[in-house]
Amino acid sequence: MPAVWLARTLIFCLLVAGQTAYAGEKITIAAAADLKFALDEIVMLFGKAHPNDRVETIYGSSGKFQTQIRQGAPFDLYFSADIAYSRKLEEEGFAASEVQPYAVGRIVLWSPSRDAGKMTLADLADPAIRKIAIANPKHAPYGKRAEEALKAAGMWEKVEGKLVYGENVAQAAQFVQTGSAQAGIIALSLALSPEMAKHACPASNQGCGYALIPDKLHHPLEQGFIVTKRAAANPLALAFARFMAGKEARATMMRYGFVLPGEAK
Amino acid sequence: MDSAFSPADLSAIWLTFKLAAVVTVILLLVGTPIAWWLARTRSWWKGPVGAIVALPIVLPPTVIGFYLLVAMGPSGPLGALTQSLGIGLLPFTFAGLVIASVFYSLPFVVQPLQNAFEAIPERALETAATLRASALDTFFSVALPLAKPGFLTASVLGFAHTVGEFGVVLMIGGNIPDKTRVVSVQIYDHVEAMEYASAHWLSAGMLVFSFVVLLALYTLNPTGRRS
Repeated sequence: MPAVWLARTLIFCLLVAGQTAYAGEKITIAAAADLKFALDEIVMLFGKAHPNDRVETIYGSSGKFQTQIRQGAPFDLYFSADIAYSRKLEEEGFAASEVQPYAVGRIVLWSPSRDAGKMTLADLADPAIRKIAIANPKHAPYGKRAEEALKAAGMWEKVEGKLVYGENVAQAAQFVQTGSAQAGIIALSLALSPEMAKHACPASNQGCGYALIPDKLHHPLEQGFIVTKRAAANPLALAFARFMAGKEARATMMRYGFVLPGEAK
Repeated sequence: MDSAFSPADLSAIWLTFKLAAVVTVILLLVGTPIAWWLARTRSWWKGPVGAIVALPIVLPPTVIGFYLLVAMGPSGPLGALTQSLGIGLLPFTFAGLVIASVFYSLPFVVQPLQNAFEAIPERALETAATLRASALDTFFSVALPLAKPGFLTASVLGFAHTVGEFGVVLMIGGNIPDKTRVVSVQIYDHVEAMEYASAHWLSAGMLVFSFVVLLALYTLNPTGRRS
Protein backbone atom coordinates (compact mmCIF):
# COMPACT_ATOMS: atom_id res chain seq x y z
CA MET A 1 0.00 0.00 0.00
CA PRO A 2 2.72 2.56 0.86
CA ALA A 3 4.35 1.71 -2.49
CA VAL A 4 1.19 2.63 -4.36
CA TRP A 5 0.91 5.83 -2.37
CA LEU A 6 4.53 6.66 -3.11
CA ALA A 7 4.06 6.01 -6.81
CA ARG A 8 0.98 8.25 -6.90
CA THR A 9 2.80 11.04 -5.12
CA LEU A 10 5.71 10.73 -7.50
CA ILE A 11 3.50 10.86 -10.56
CA PHE A 12 1.67 13.84 -9.12
CA CYS A 13 4.96 15.64 -8.49
CA LEU A 14 6.15 14.90 -12.01
CA LEU A 15 2.91 16.23 -13.48
CA VAL A 16 3.12 19.41 -11.43
CA ALA A 17 6.77 19.89 -12.29
CA GLY A 18 6.01 19.39 -15.97
CA GLN A 19 3.25 21.97 -15.96
CA THR A 20 4.09 25.14 -17.75
CA ALA A 21 3.28 28.04 -15.50
CA TYR A 22 2.94 30.49 -18.36
CA ALA A 23 0.60 30.64 -21.30
CA GLY A 24 2.88 31.92 -24.03
CA GLU A 25 5.91 30.71 -25.93
CA LYS A 26 9.36 30.05 -24.57
CA ILE A 27 12.76 30.38 -26.22
CA THR A 28 16.25 29.63 -25.03
CA ILE A 29 19.20 31.71 -26.17
CA ALA A 30 22.80 30.52 -26.02
CA ALA A 31 25.04 33.56 -26.01
CA ALA A 32 28.70 34.42 -25.80
CA ALA A 33 29.79 35.46 -22.32
CA ASP A 34 30.57 39.06 -23.38
CA LEU A 35 26.83 39.64 -23.86
CA LYS A 36 26.00 38.78 -20.24
CA PHE A 37 24.86 42.24 -19.16
CA ALA A 38 23.83 43.78 -22.48
CA LEU A 39 21.64 40.86 -23.54
CA ASP A 40 20.05 40.59 -20.10
CA GLU A 41 18.83 44.17 -20.54
CA ILE A 42 17.63 43.52 -24.07
CA VAL A 43 15.74 40.43 -22.93
CA MET A 44 14.10 42.53 -20.22
CA LEU A 45 13.02 45.13 -22.80
CA PHE A 46 11.75 42.37 -25.07
CA GLY A 47 9.85 40.87 -22.15
CA LYS A 48 7.91 44.10 -21.70
CA ALA A 49 6.60 43.80 -25.23
CA HIS A 50 5.88 40.07 -24.80
CA PRO A 51 4.63 39.73 -21.22
CA ASN A 52 3.22 36.23 -21.68
CA ASP A 53 6.32 34.72 -23.21
CA ARG A 54 9.55 33.63 -21.62
CA VAL A 55 13.12 34.09 -22.81
CA GLU A 56 15.88 32.13 -21.13
CA THR A 57 19.51 33.02 -21.67
CA ILE A 58 22.56 30.85 -21.12
CA TYR A 59 26.02 32.39 -21.27
CA GLY A 60 29.26 30.59 -22.01
CA SER A 61 32.01 30.22 -24.53
CA SER A 62 31.02 30.38 -28.19
CA GLY A 63 32.95 27.22 -29.02
CA LYS A 64 31.13 25.13 -26.45
CA PHE A 65 27.69 26.23 -27.64
CA GLN A 66 28.61 25.52 -31.24
CA THR A 67 29.51 21.94 -30.30
CA GLN A 68 26.35 21.57 -28.25
CA ILE A 69 24.06 22.84 -31.01
CA ARG A 70 25.64 20.37 -33.39
CA GLN A 71 24.75 17.66 -30.86
CA GLY A 72 21.13 18.77 -30.69
CA ALA A 73 21.13 21.20 -27.77
CA PRO A 74 17.72 22.86 -27.26
CA PHE A 75 18.84 26.41 -28.12
CA ASP A 76 16.62 28.58 -30.33
CA LEU A 77 19.09 31.37 -30.98
CA TYR A 78 22.88 31.31 -30.93
CA PHE A 79 24.86 34.51 -30.38
CA SER A 80 28.51 33.91 -31.14
CA ALA A 81 31.33 36.28 -30.25
CA ASP A 82 32.96 35.18 -33.51
CA ILE A 83 30.74 35.38 -36.56
CA ALA A 84 32.74 32.55 -38.14
CA TYR A 85 31.25 30.11 -35.59
CA SER A 86 27.72 31.07 -36.65
CA ARG A 87 28.66 30.83 -40.33
CA LYS A 88 30.05 27.35 -39.74
CA LEU A 89 26.75 26.19 -38.25
CA GLU A 90 24.87 27.77 -41.14
CA GLU A 91 27.05 25.94 -43.66
CA GLU A 92 26.42 22.68 -41.85
CA GLY A 93 22.67 23.22 -42.00
CA PHE A 94 21.97 23.98 -38.35
CA ALA A 95 20.58 27.46 -39.00
CA ALA A 96 17.05 28.53 -39.92
CA SER A 97 18.12 32.08 -40.66
CA GLU A 98 20.92 33.91 -42.36
CA VAL A 99 23.82 34.81 -40.12
CA GLN A 100 22.92 38.22 -38.68
CA PRO A 101 25.89 40.40 -37.78
CA TYR A 102 24.85 42.21 -34.61
CA ALA A 103 27.96 43.88 -33.21
CA VAL A 104 31.69 44.31 -33.24
CA GLY A 105 33.26 43.81 -29.84
CA ARG A 106 36.28 45.53 -28.38
CA ILE A 107 38.85 44.30 -25.91
CA VAL A 108 40.18 46.33 -23.02
CA LEU A 109 42.92 46.14 -20.46
CA TRP A 110 41.32 45.98 -17.04
CA SER A 111 42.54 45.99 -13.47
CA PRO A 112 40.79 46.59 -10.17
CA SER A 113 43.97 47.41 -8.28
CA ARG A 114 45.52 50.12 -10.44
CA ASP A 115 44.35 52.83 -12.78
CA ALA A 116 44.11 50.73 -15.90
CA GLY A 117 42.85 53.75 -17.81
CA LYS A 118 46.42 54.96 -18.04
CA MET A 119 47.91 51.55 -18.81
CA THR A 120 49.15 50.17 -22.11
CA LEU A 121 49.93 46.58 -23.04
CA ALA A 122 53.64 47.32 -22.42
CA ASP A 123 52.86 47.89 -18.72
CA LEU A 124 51.94 44.22 -18.38
CA ALA A 125 55.67 43.45 -18.15
CA ASP A 126 55.65 45.12 -14.70
CA PRO A 127 56.77 42.46 -12.20
CA ALA A 128 54.08 43.63 -9.75
CA ILE A 129 51.57 42.15 -12.19
CA ARG A 130 52.08 38.49 -11.53
CA LYS A 131 49.02 37.04 -13.23
CA ILE A 132 47.16 38.28 -16.30
CA ALA A 133 43.80 36.76 -17.12
CA ILE A 134 42.54 36.28 -20.67
CA ALA A 135 39.89 33.98 -22.13
CA ASN A 136 41.20 30.69 -23.49
CA PRO A 137 42.50 31.51 -27.01
CA LYS A 138 41.92 27.93 -28.02
CA HIS A 139 38.16 28.27 -28.21
CA ALA A 140 37.05 31.69 -26.93
CA PRO A 141 37.06 34.49 -29.55
CA TYR A 142 37.97 37.17 -26.99
CA GLY A 143 40.94 35.07 -25.94
CA LYS A 144 42.08 34.73 -29.54
CA ARG A 145 41.92 38.50 -30.05
CA ALA A 146 43.75 39.13 -26.77
CA GLU A 147 46.52 36.79 -27.94
CA GLU A 148 46.70 38.56 -31.30
CA ALA A 149 46.92 41.97 -29.65
CA LEU A 150 49.67 40.85 -27.26
CA LYS A 151 51.61 39.39 -30.18
CA ALA A 152 51.12 42.49 -32.32
CA ALA A 153 52.32 44.67 -29.46
CA GLY A 154 55.42 42.48 -29.10
CA MET A 155 54.42 41.53 -25.57
CA TRP A 156 53.51 37.86 -25.96
CA GLU A 157 56.89 36.38 -25.02
CA LYS A 158 57.18 38.74 -22.05
CA VAL A 159 53.82 37.90 -20.53
CA GLU A 160 53.10 34.34 -21.66
CA GLY A 161 54.37 32.91 -18.38
CA LYS A 162 51.97 35.10 -16.41
CA LEU A 163 48.82 34.28 -18.35
CA VAL A 164 45.92 32.44 -16.77
CA TYR A 165 43.09 31.29 -18.99
CA GLY A 166 39.40 31.65 -18.23
CA GLU A 167 36.96 29.18 -19.71
CA ASN A 168 35.28 32.18 -21.32
CA VAL A 169 35.78 35.94 -21.18
CA ALA A 170 33.44 36.32 -18.18
CA GLN A 171 35.54 33.89 -16.14
CA ALA A 172 38.68 35.80 -17.15
CA ALA A 173 36.98 38.97 -15.89
CA GLN A 174 36.02 37.21 -12.67
CA PHE A 175 39.65 36.14 -12.10
CA VAL A 176 40.65 39.81 -12.25
CA GLN A 177 37.67 41.06 -10.27
CA THR A 178 38.50 38.78 -7.32
CA GLY A 179 42.05 40.13 -7.41
CA SER A 180 43.57 36.71 -8.02
CA ALA A 181 44.96 38.11 -11.25
CA GLN A 182 46.22 41.69 -11.13
CA ALA A 183 45.21 42.55 -14.69
CA GLY A 184 43.24 41.09 -17.54
CA ILE A 185 42.22 41.57 -21.14
CA ILE A 186 38.46 41.37 -21.22
CA ALA A 187 35.47 42.50 -23.25
CA LEU A 188 34.64 46.21 -23.17
CA SER A 189 31.01 45.21 -22.67
CA LEU A 190 31.94 43.52 -19.38
CA ALA A 191 34.14 46.40 -18.21
CA LEU A 192 31.20 48.76 -18.77
CA SER A 193 28.77 46.67 -16.76
CA PRO A 194 27.72 48.14 -13.41
CA GLU A 195 28.98 45.02 -11.61
CA MET A 196 32.51 45.41 -12.89
CA ALA A 197 32.66 49.19 -12.95
CA LYS A 198 32.13 49.43 -9.21
CA HIS A 199 35.35 47.48 -8.68
CA ALA A 200 37.42 49.72 -10.92
CA CYS A 201 38.55 53.11 -9.64
CA PRO A 202 36.22 53.09 -6.65
CA ALA A 203 37.22 56.63 -5.70
CA SER A 204 36.30 58.44 -8.87
CA ASN A 205 34.04 55.85 -10.48
CA GLN A 206 34.54 57.58 -13.81
CA GLY A 207 35.06 54.37 -15.73
CA CYS A 208 38.78 54.91 -15.61
CA GLY A 209 39.34 51.24 -14.81
CA TYR A 210 39.99 50.15 -18.37
CA ALA A 211 42.11 51.04 -21.37
CA LEU A 212 40.74 50.34 -24.83
CA ILE A 213 43.17 48.20 -26.81
CA PRO A 214 43.66 49.69 -30.31
CA ASP A 215 41.62 47.59 -32.71
CA LYS A 216 44.35 47.64 -35.32
CA LEU A 217 46.26 45.20 -33.09
CA HIS A 218 43.81 42.37 -33.71
CA HIS A 219 41.25 41.03 -36.15
CA PRO A 220 37.82 42.55 -35.59
CA LEU A 221 35.59 40.78 -33.09
CA GLU A 222 32.76 40.57 -35.56
CA GLN A 223 29.83 38.84 -33.93
CA GLY A 224 26.81 37.19 -35.46
CA PHE A 225 23.73 35.27 -34.41
CA ILE A 226 21.53 32.66 -36.02
CA VAL A 227 18.09 31.28 -35.37
CA THR A 228 18.68 27.55 -35.06
CA LYS A 229 16.89 24.96 -37.15
CA ARG A 230 14.73 23.72 -34.28
CA ALA A 231 13.27 27.25 -33.94
CA ALA A 232 12.51 27.67 -37.65
CA ALA A 233 8.76 27.79 -36.99
CA ASN A 234 8.94 29.46 -33.58
CA PRO A 235 7.39 32.94 -33.93
CA LEU A 236 8.93 34.11 -30.66
CA ALA A 237 12.46 33.27 -31.84
CA LEU A 238 11.86 35.16 -35.06
CA ALA A 239 10.37 38.08 -33.13
CA PHE A 240 13.46 38.22 -30.95
CA ALA A 241 15.70 38.19 -34.02
CA ARG A 242 13.75 41.18 -35.37
CA PHE A 243 13.91 42.91 -31.98
CA MET A 244 17.73 42.77 -32.07
CA ALA A 245 17.67 45.03 -35.14
CA GLY A 246 15.32 47.52 -33.44
CA LYS A 247 16.12 50.87 -31.89
CA GLU A 248 15.91 49.81 -28.23
CA ALA A 249 18.20 46.81 -28.62
CA ARG A 250 20.71 48.78 -30.65
CA ALA A 251 20.80 51.57 -28.08
CA THR A 252 21.47 49.05 -25.32
CA MET A 253 24.25 47.38 -27.29
CA MET A 254 25.88 50.74 -27.94
CA ARG A 255 25.74 51.63 -24.28
CA TYR A 256 27.79 48.50 -23.60
CA GLY A 257 30.48 49.64 -25.99
CA PHE A 258 29.59 47.52 -29.00
CA VAL A 259 30.08 48.98 -32.45
CA LEU A 260 26.96 48.16 -34.46
CA PRO A 261 26.71 47.09 -38.07
CA GLY A 262 26.06 50.18 -40.18
CA GLU A 263 27.30 52.61 -37.56
CA ALA A 264 30.47 54.63 -37.88
CA LYS A 265 32.84 54.26 -34.96
CA MET B 1 43.05 9.54 -36.13
CA ASP B 2 46.49 11.06 -36.26
CA SER B 3 49.07 10.96 -33.50
CA ALA B 4 47.70 9.80 -30.18
CA PHE B 5 48.92 12.38 -27.69
CA SER B 6 50.26 15.87 -28.38
CA PRO B 7 53.07 17.28 -26.21
CA ALA B 8 50.41 19.37 -24.44
CA ASP B 9 48.45 16.19 -23.70
CA LEU B 10 51.52 14.44 -22.34
CA SER B 11 52.30 17.42 -20.15
CA ALA B 12 48.72 17.34 -18.83
CA ILE B 13 49.01 13.61 -18.10
CA TRP B 14 52.30 14.06 -16.25
CA LEU B 15 50.92 17.00 -14.29
CA THR B 16 47.81 15.03 -13.31
CA PHE B 17 49.87 12.14 -11.98
CA LYS B 18 52.19 14.49 -10.13
CA LEU B 19 49.22 16.26 -8.53
CA ALA B 20 47.53 13.00 -7.57
CA ALA B 21 50.75 11.56 -6.11
CA VAL B 22 51.53 14.64 -4.00
CA VAL B 23 47.93 14.86 -2.80
CA THR B 24 47.80 11.16 -1.89
CA VAL B 25 50.97 11.38 0.19
CA ILE B 26 49.72 14.48 2.03
CA LEU B 27 46.32 12.90 2.56
CA LEU B 28 47.81 9.73 4.05
CA LEU B 29 49.83 11.86 6.48
CA VAL B 30 46.93 14.14 7.38
CA GLY B 31 44.16 11.57 7.09
CA THR B 32 45.68 8.84 9.27
CA PRO B 33 45.54 10.74 12.58
CA ILE B 34 42.07 12.07 11.75
CA ALA B 35 40.83 8.58 10.90
CA TRP B 36 42.45 7.08 14.01
CA TRP B 37 40.84 9.69 16.21
CA LEU B 38 37.45 9.24 14.52
CA ALA B 39 37.69 5.47 14.94
CA ARG B 40 38.68 5.53 18.62
CA THR B 41 37.12 8.60 20.17
CA ARG B 42 33.98 8.69 22.27
CA SER B 43 34.01 12.47 22.20
CA TRP B 44 30.95 14.51 21.37
CA TRP B 45 33.01 16.01 18.53
CA LYS B 46 33.08 12.76 16.58
CA GLY B 47 29.81 13.55 14.82
CA PRO B 48 30.64 17.12 13.70
CA VAL B 49 34.21 16.25 12.67
CA GLY B 50 33.03 13.20 10.72
CA ALA B 51 30.43 15.34 8.98
CA ILE B 52 32.98 18.01 8.04
CA VAL B 53 35.34 15.39 6.63
CA ALA B 54 32.51 13.92 4.54
CA LEU B 55 31.29 17.29 3.20
CA PRO B 56 33.21 17.16 -0.12
CA ILE B 57 31.29 14.00 -1.05
CA VAL B 58 27.99 15.88 -1.16
CA LEU B 59 29.06 19.46 -1.92
CA PRO B 60 29.11 20.53 -5.56
CA PRO B 61 32.72 21.18 -6.67
CA THR B 62 31.63 24.72 -7.51
CA VAL B 63 31.00 25.43 -3.82
CA ILE B 64 34.48 24.23 -2.88
CA GLY B 65 35.99 26.07 -5.86
CA PHE B 66 34.17 29.30 -5.07
CA TYR B 67 35.08 29.36 -1.37
CA LEU B 68 38.68 28.42 -2.07
CA LEU B 69 38.98 31.13 -4.73
CA VAL B 70 37.65 33.73 -2.32
CA ALA B 71 39.68 32.43 0.65
CA MET B 72 42.92 32.21 -1.32
CA GLY B 73 42.42 35.59 -3.07
CA PRO B 74 44.17 38.76 -1.90
CA SER B 75 41.41 39.72 0.54
CA GLY B 76 40.70 36.19 1.82
CA PRO B 77 42.16 34.76 5.06
CA LEU B 78 44.31 32.14 3.29
CA GLY B 79 45.47 34.74 0.77
CA ALA B 80 46.44 37.15 3.57
CA LEU B 81 48.37 34.37 5.28
CA THR B 82 50.27 33.25 2.18
CA GLN B 83 51.08 36.84 1.25
CA SER B 84 52.42 37.63 4.72
CA LEU B 85 54.57 34.49 4.48
CA GLY B 86 55.94 35.79 1.18
CA ILE B 87 54.53 32.86 -0.84
CA GLY B 88 52.22 35.08 -2.89
CA LEU B 89 48.75 34.07 -3.94
CA LEU B 90 47.68 30.48 -4.38
CA PRO B 91 45.02 30.59 -7.13
CA PHE B 92 46.43 29.52 -10.51
CA THR B 93 49.37 27.71 -8.92
CA PHE B 94 50.23 24.05 -8.48
CA ALA B 95 50.34 24.54 -4.71
CA GLY B 96 46.82 25.99 -4.85
CA LEU B 97 45.60 22.91 -6.72
CA VAL B 98 47.26 20.64 -4.15
CA ILE B 99 45.46 22.39 -1.29
CA ALA B 100 42.13 22.29 -3.10
CA SER B 101 42.57 18.61 -3.94
CA VAL B 102 43.45 17.75 -0.35
CA PHE B 103 40.08 19.15 0.73
CA TYR B 104 38.30 17.58 -2.19
CA SER B 105 39.69 14.06 -1.74
CA LEU B 106 39.90 14.01 2.08
CA PRO B 107 36.85 11.78 2.71
CA PHE B 108 38.05 9.24 0.16
CA VAL B 109 41.15 8.65 2.28
CA VAL B 110 39.81 9.18 5.79
CA GLN B 111 36.75 6.96 5.49
CA PRO B 112 38.48 3.74 4.35
CA LEU B 113 41.14 4.29 7.03
CA GLN B 114 38.49 4.89 9.68
CA ASN B 115 36.68 1.70 8.68
CA ALA B 116 39.94 -0.25 8.85
CA PHE B 117 40.82 1.15 12.27
CA GLU B 118 37.34 0.46 13.58
CA ALA B 119 37.65 -3.16 12.46
CA ILE B 120 40.72 -3.74 14.63
CA PRO B 121 39.56 -5.73 17.67
CA GLU B 122 39.96 -3.80 20.91
CA ARG B 123 41.62 -6.90 22.39
CA ALA B 124 44.57 -6.70 20.01
CA LEU B 125 45.34 -3.21 21.25
CA GLU B 126 44.78 -4.17 24.88
CA THR B 127 47.12 -7.15 24.51
CA ALA B 128 49.80 -4.87 23.16
CA ALA B 129 49.26 -2.57 26.11
CA THR B 130 49.65 -5.41 28.62
CA LEU B 131 52.99 -6.20 26.93
CA ARG B 132 53.93 -2.63 27.88
CA ALA B 133 53.90 -1.32 24.36
CA SER B 134 53.50 2.45 24.30
CA ALA B 135 50.50 3.94 22.54
CA LEU B 136 52.70 4.98 19.61
CA ASP B 137 54.35 1.56 19.48
CA THR B 138 50.95 -0.11 19.52
CA PHE B 139 49.82 2.05 16.65
CA PHE B 140 52.84 1.29 14.47
CA SER B 141 53.32 -2.41 15.34
CA VAL B 142 49.72 -3.55 15.73
CA ALA B 143 47.23 -1.11 14.24
CA LEU B 144 49.08 -0.19 11.04
CA PRO B 145 49.73 -3.78 9.86
CA LEU B 146 46.15 -4.75 10.66
CA ALA B 147 44.82 -1.77 8.73
CA LYS B 148 46.92 -2.45 5.63
CA PRO B 149 43.97 -3.19 3.32
CA GLY B 150 42.44 0.09 4.48
CA PHE B 151 45.60 1.97 3.51
CA LEU B 152 45.59 0.37 0.07
CA THR B 153 41.95 1.36 -0.50
CA ALA B 154 42.56 4.86 0.84
CA SER B 155 45.61 5.45 -1.37
CA VAL B 156 43.93 4.17 -4.51
CA LEU B 157 40.71 6.11 -3.94
CA GLY B 158 42.55 9.29 -2.95
CA PHE B 159 44.74 9.08 -6.03
CA ALA B 160 41.96 8.17 -8.44
CA HIS B 161 39.56 10.77 -7.09
CA THR B 162 42.18 13.50 -7.50
CA VAL B 163 42.82 12.37 -11.08
CA GLY B 164 39.06 12.67 -11.67
CA GLU B 165 38.80 16.20 -10.34
CA PHE B 166 37.43 18.81 -12.75
CA GLY B 167 35.10 21.48 -11.41
CA VAL B 168 37.36 22.74 -8.63
CA VAL B 169 40.36 22.86 -10.97
CA LEU B 170 38.38 24.75 -13.59
CA MET B 171 37.45 27.38 -11.02
CA ILE B 172 40.78 27.99 -9.34
CA GLY B 173 43.29 26.59 -11.83
CA GLY B 174 43.38 29.16 -14.60
CA ASN B 175 44.26 26.48 -17.15
CA ILE B 176 48.05 27.07 -17.17
CA PRO B 177 50.13 24.55 -19.12
CA ASP B 178 52.45 22.46 -16.88
CA LYS B 179 51.01 24.03 -13.73
CA THR B 180 47.25 23.65 -13.57
CA ARG B 181 46.09 22.21 -16.89
CA VAL B 182 45.24 18.67 -15.83
CA VAL B 183 43.85 15.94 -18.08
CA SER B 184 40.18 16.59 -17.28
CA VAL B 185 40.55 20.27 -18.23
CA GLN B 186 42.58 19.40 -21.32
CA ILE B 187 39.76 17.10 -22.48
CA TYR B 188 37.22 19.89 -21.93
CA ASP B 189 39.34 22.25 -24.05
CA HIS B 190 39.69 19.69 -26.80
CA VAL B 191 35.93 19.20 -26.91
CA GLU B 192 35.26 22.96 -26.99
CA ALA B 193 37.77 23.40 -29.79
CA MET B 194 36.11 20.48 -31.59
CA GLU B 195 39.28 18.40 -31.55
CA TYR B 196 37.32 15.23 -31.00
CA ALA B 197 40.15 12.86 -31.94
CA SER B 198 42.39 14.28 -29.21
CA ALA B 199 39.48 14.27 -26.76
CA HIS B 200 38.84 10.61 -27.59
CA TRP B 201 42.43 9.56 -26.95
CA LEU B 202 42.61 11.26 -23.56
CA SER B 203 39.13 10.17 -22.52
CA ALA B 204 39.73 6.56 -23.49
CA GLY B 205 43.00 6.70 -21.59
CA MET B 206 41.20 7.92 -18.48
CA LEU B 207 38.56 5.22 -18.86
CA VAL B 208 41.12 2.44 -19.12
CA PHE B 209 43.19 3.87 -16.26
CA SER B 210 40.18 4.15 -13.96
CA PHE B 211 38.97 0.66 -14.76
CA VAL B 212 42.38 -0.92 -14.23
CA VAL B 213 42.87 0.90 -10.94
CA LEU B 214 39.49 -0.17 -9.59
CA LEU B 215 39.93 -3.70 -10.89
CA ALA B 216 43.29 -3.95 -9.14
CA LEU B 217 41.75 -2.63 -5.95
CA TYR B 218 38.89 -5.11 -5.96
CA THR B 219 41.12 -8.04 -6.91
CA LEU B 220 43.91 -7.35 -4.43
CA ASN B 221 41.60 -6.23 -1.68
CA PRO B 222 38.39 -8.23 -1.69
CA THR B 223 35.88 -6.73 0.69
CA GLY B 224 34.75 -8.75 3.64
CA ARG B 225 38.12 -10.43 4.18
CA ARG B 226 40.22 -9.18 7.01
CA SER B 227 43.55 -10.69 7.84
